[in-house]
Amino acid sequence: MPGPPGSVVGVSMAAALRFRSAVALLGRFPALAGVDLDVAAGEIVLLQGPNGAGKTSLLRACAGLLPVVDGVAEVLGHDLRLDRRSVRRSVGLLGHATFLYDDLSVIDNIRFAVKASGAGDGRLAEAMAVLGLDGRLRGVPVSRLSAGQRRRVALAVIVARAPELWLLDEPHAGLDTDSRDVLDAVVRDAAASGATIVLASHEHERATALAGRTVTIAGGRIVDDTKPVAVVAPSDPAVAAPPEEAPAAPAAVADVARSEVVHVA
Amino acid sequence: MARAAVATRGTSSKLTRVLGLLALAGIVTTFALGLSLPRTVEQHEYSRLIAIHPALAEVAYLALGVVSLASLLYLVRRTRSRLWDLLAGASAEIAAVFLALTLVTGSIWGRPTWGVWWAWDARLTLTAILLAVDLGYLALRRVPAEIEARSVRSAVLGVILPALIIVDHFAVDWWRSLHQDSSLEDAKDNLGTPFLVAMFVGFAAFTLLYAWLLVHRFRLEQLEERLEDEGLAVALAERQAEATTDRPRPPVRPELAEGARP
Amino acid sequence: MWRDAALVAGKDLRIEGRSRVTTNQVAPFAILVLVLFAFALDPDRGVLVKAAAGLFWIAVLFSSLLAVQRSFAVEATDGARDGLRLSGLDPAGIFLGKAAAVAVQLLALEVLLGVGVVVLYGADLHGPLLLVMTCLVSTVGLAAAGVVYGVLAAGLKVRETLLPLLTLPALAPVLLAATRAWETALGQGVDSGWKWVQLLAVFAVIYVVAGVLGFGPLLEEA
Repeated sequence: MPGPPGSVVGVSMAAALRFRSAVALLGRFPALAGVDLDVAAGEIVLLQGPNGAGKTSLLRACAGLLPVVDGVAEVLGHDLRLDRRSVRRSVGLLGHATFLYDDLSVIDNIRFAVKASGAGDGRLAEAMAVLGLDGRLRGVPVSRLSAGQRRRVALAVIVARAPELWLLDEPHAGLDTDSRDVLDAVVRDAAASGATIVLASHEHERATALAGRTVTIAGGRIVDDTKPVAVVAPSDPAVAAPPEEAPAAPAAVADVARSEVVHVA
Repeated sequence: MARAAVATRGTSSKLTRVLGLLALAGIVTTFALGLSLPRTVEQHEYSRLIAIHPALAEVAYLALGVVSLASLLYLVRRTRSRLWDLLAGASAEIAAVFLALTLVTGSIWGRPTWGVWWAWDARLTLTAILLAVDLGYLALRRVPAEIEARSVRSAVLGVILPALIIVDHFAVDWWRSLHQDSSLEDAKDNLGTPFLVAMFVGFAAFTLLYAWLLVHRFRLEQLEERLEDEGLAVALAERQAEATTDRPRPPVRPELAEGARP
Repeated sequence: MWRDAALVAGKDLRIEGRSRVTTNQVAPFAILVLVLFAFALDPDRGVLVKAAAGLFWIAVLFSSLLAVQRSFAVEATDGARDGLRLSGLDPAGIFLGKAAAVAVQLLALEVLLGVGVVVLYGADLHGPLLLVMTCLVSTVGLAAAGVVYGVLAAGLKVRETLLPLLTLPALAPVLLAATRAWETALGQGVDSGWKWVQLLAVFAVIYVVAGVLGFGPLLEEA
């Protein structure tokens, strides 16, 4: 039951992402053309859609990399239209690029990234162990790793930093089966500790098994959502909070099977 | 996405017509005065260049000053506006032209005094360095990149300009003073009233010309921007329509449609 | 900011240590420039000795272009620019760190070139304090200016050609001033070299301030 207006109703009701008619431009091209989306803290959301729909752009906008020029865009309480930079320390982006320095070794890269973000060294060793990077690969320069191995290093950086919001862009791509299992485990652990995960993926089976909710984007807008009633802060009069319920697995699977059919709002 | 109010028929307006006429009148007067100046013994005809050379230099520096100021206004968040960026770009182009003209007239003027086309006079060397810096600035503005990226980079460069000019001025001045060469400045010292009058009229005339050029160039840039802005609404609509139109259509497999083949 | 600067400087120098681009490519290039000058000018008529100060600083100038190019090439690999933005590092700190790393490399190159000028041109180095101070102050200015122009040109497709076009005119006063100061130190100048060092210091301050203030916005906008 929602509390009186303005009161905090508990951490699980806090909005991690809140977008209303958000427009983001790449030059003159509107990569996001009016996105409406609400994601609560601790959710795992699958973002799907055709190529060029705006999945990567939405993830980058959440990371504060893509400027939002119109509408409302709030991530972890930071208003992206006022200040894109402050949210970055709390966000981890696993993108197509790995953000690693070729000449440095695996451990040097991870250590640099962790220190740069201000996170402590605490989870470093554990992250590397989980991703199989603490053995022979530890001191190898990144330029000598395969693409999949580099992905694992980039993932290790995020695990070691443990940000509040994880943005994963095609995370399974290029990883072998074992690594994919590790990725899934790591994502579930992170969500269990309260992090919010948004992943964009074309890997339907794995991703829908992981995610509690599927959001479809096309033409720069959200066109479908398996949990369309938004979870918002109680002060927003527009929407009432939904009752707590288990992730709707059957509906999500049915949606994915029908993914060729796009509902235009 | 603010739109500036701009005349829709070309870039002329009452303001520019008035400016243009005044500038034209001023320049004609300047040339008349210049040509009517007496010859000096040392410099023959060339001393008449006093009517235009210092004016050209003055306008060049004025234009660079406008570039700096506009760049600063663009960078400061409270006053940030596309207008300042466009103004800076327009002024920088005009500055380049006037800097080049300063060099040419300075070189011509120096020839009888020095005997060569160029003798590393302190002022002219400074002008040459500034022209190189200005050309770099203009090159930066033309690089293919996102508009906002380009504007911020140019603005930062623009803001550094005054500091550069000061440092360069001292460096070049001290450099040349080591050699005690005569400079164009010395050549101007012993001239009488008619020369000074011509010089000041020249200042006024060319400043008006600068203003006229600036307004036109600036408006031209504004029109171009406006053209691109209006494309945005169309782009938004097209983008949203992608959801239905841009989907790949897998080919229909004939053997499935028509039954198995033997 | 200072912590971030130290982190970035350490990272850049560590990369240099692993890849050895400065030691293997830029240093030989610098010596090569000195040698080429000797081919162009006549070594027997004392021209080289008289011009030694200027030739030294021209070689330093060209080497600094390479060092700055390298500093930004490192960041151009696989989205590292985005990585810098996402890293949570203070942009002013990134600027100071990169400039510091470039400065360290330049100082090493200057020592090498100094030896080269003595050996190859027969220059006679007096006034060690003036020499060293000039080098230090100029290097700070060169590194700071180089990194400012480097980020102005970075990420643009025409980076390689734009950087020299932007940087060389801007570094002209450093060449002027540093050469005059060195001429005095080599016994060839007519005035005190210290006013030139002051001018170099002003130059360095301008660019350090410009970098600290401007790096943030510049890193942001694409």
